[in-house]
Amino acid sequence: MMTEYAPPISRNDTIAKLSVQQVCKHYKSRGKAADNAVTVLDDITFSIQPRELICLVGSSGCGKSTLLNIIAGLTPPSSGEVYVDGQAVTGRPGSDRGMVFQGYTLYPWLTVAQNVAFGLKLRKIPKAEQRERVQYFLEVVGLSDYTHAYPKQLSGGMKQRVAIARALANEPALLLMDEPFGALDAQTKEQMQQFLLELWEKTHVTILMITHDVEEAIYLAQRVYVMRARPGRIHAEIPVPFPEHRELDIKLSSDFVRIKRQVLHALRDDT
Amino acid sequence: MVTLTPIAQNSTPREHTYLQPSVFWSIRQGFSKRLSLLIVTLALAVPLLAWAIVSYAGLVPPMFLPTPTAVLQAGMTMFAENNLLVDVLASSGRVLAGFLVAALIGVPMGIAMGTFYSMDSLFAPIVGTVRYMPVTAFVPLIIIWLGLGEASKVLIIMLGVVLYNAIMIADAVKFIPNDMINVAYTLGGSRRDVLLQVIIPAAFPSVLDTLRVNISGAWNFLVIAELVAAQSGLGFKIIQAQRFLQTDKVLFCIILIGLIGLVIDYGLKALSQKLTPWADQTRH
Repeated sequence: MMTEYAPPISRNDTIAKLSVQQVCKHYKSRGKAADNAVTVLDDITFSIQPRELICLVGSSGCGKSTLLNIIAGLTPPSSGEVYVDGQAVTGRPGSDRGMVFQGYTLYPWLTVAQNVAFGLKLRKIPKAEQRERVQYFLEVVGLSDYTHAYPKQLSGGMKQRVAIARALANEPALLLMDEPFGALDAQTKEQMQQFLLELWEKTHVTILMITHDVEEAIYLAQRVYVMRARPGRIHAEIPVPFPEHRELDIKLSSDFVRIKRQVLHALRDDT
Repeated sequence: MVTLTPIAQNSTPREHTYLQPSVFWSIRQGFSKRLSLLIVTLALAVPLLAWAIVSYAGLVPPMFLPTPTAVLQAGMTMFAENNLLVDVLASSGRVLAGFLVAALIGVPMGIAMGTFYSMDSLFAPIVGTVRYMPVTAFVPLIIIWLGLGEASKVLIIMLGVVLYNAIMIADAVKFIPNDMINVAYTLGGSRRDVLLQVIIPAAFPSVLDTLRVNISGAWNFLVIAELVAAQSGLGFKIIQAQRFLQTDKVLFCIILIGLIGLVIDYGLKALSQKLTPWADQTRH
């Protein structure tokens, strides 16, 4: 089942939602030798089709956060290109790639509704339409009762739901998530995973999420990319052949455990 | 190979250390409201009491240290006969003018320095060197340039405060989390949007805090400005009283400046709590 990862030559049947081509990232180390560079990412190539929910797992320090920042355009790669809907967007962040960060990045001076409307306001969308869309997305994330609350009045899970609503309300082509549930407790985390899956079923937005939680990756994704460190490379692509609609109990099934074993083996160096 | 003996087999058991409870020296473990109130009262009452004892008992000549009643009396006469209110208003006006100019220049400069590397490189050399030059040393030059009028006093106060405004605000801006800025880019924000809609509102509580801290500096420089050349003001009154050895009047003016400062401090604190109810950090 597990395939040693080889980048696809081209999938020309549809234009990929996201295509990452030969991305490398080096940092100059402090040593005096000019060629003494540390390779954080080495030749990363993969693509995501429309409506896919893909997870990228790797241990801390494997460069997965750097990779996501490069995809978002927030960090320039040393070489390689990032395409969204066939358009080169390397090194240029934009509203096509919405992002949810691990830390809470809500603006504390804005209410929940104003936070969700932030991107809409930047685009100068008419006030009435803004209000309508904010209401819709707050309903989607189940926070209609907190429209006028300030972020400091919300719990960690609620804050992340607002952050997701803020990203989605802006209609990105692609949603990038950087360990969005990493700071939450175990129970809240499972609720948020279920919530994200339902949200994805409803909206079918294309999602790329990075995580170090193998169970989370398998529970959510249709495909799991496994990254290894030093240098950061995609080591394996593991398909998850479950139906789109999944219950939490699936985590206890033998198929799930089998896939989990594959991913864990791929993460270790003993293949 | 090093062989490790299991810890459990060590001959003497490990001596553990424990924290002893303390009421007075508690570090962030809660503090009794009553004890706090008692200490505050003592901190105010003891120096006042010492002053009263020393002066009323005549341990020191009244010319060096007048009694509290004499100081109060001097204050009353100054208000009644010497138009002290005019001096208070004159001094407050100078502080306000100097401070406003310092805020109008220092706040944008600080925000620019904290936001853009280019602006930081542009201003850092000037701010870094001029900050160490004492403003008092500029006073003769300022008088040559601007004369003895109000402008020179306002400039002295402004120069004393403006660079501290800039540096403290630049630091506050640098503490805004990167992700808070990045998220605006991923929502389609331009640099202008980030500056106006993320950095400035995020820095706003720190700007208010900085201004509150630095207005005390403005009062310091006011007295320097008025010591040099003035026909009115609290600093002027202090110099005038000193010439006639009226220590009671000197003391009263000093205490009055302190009280005005206290009122401004509490007023600005209340204002910032009213303007930024969303900020939950405790501020002092």
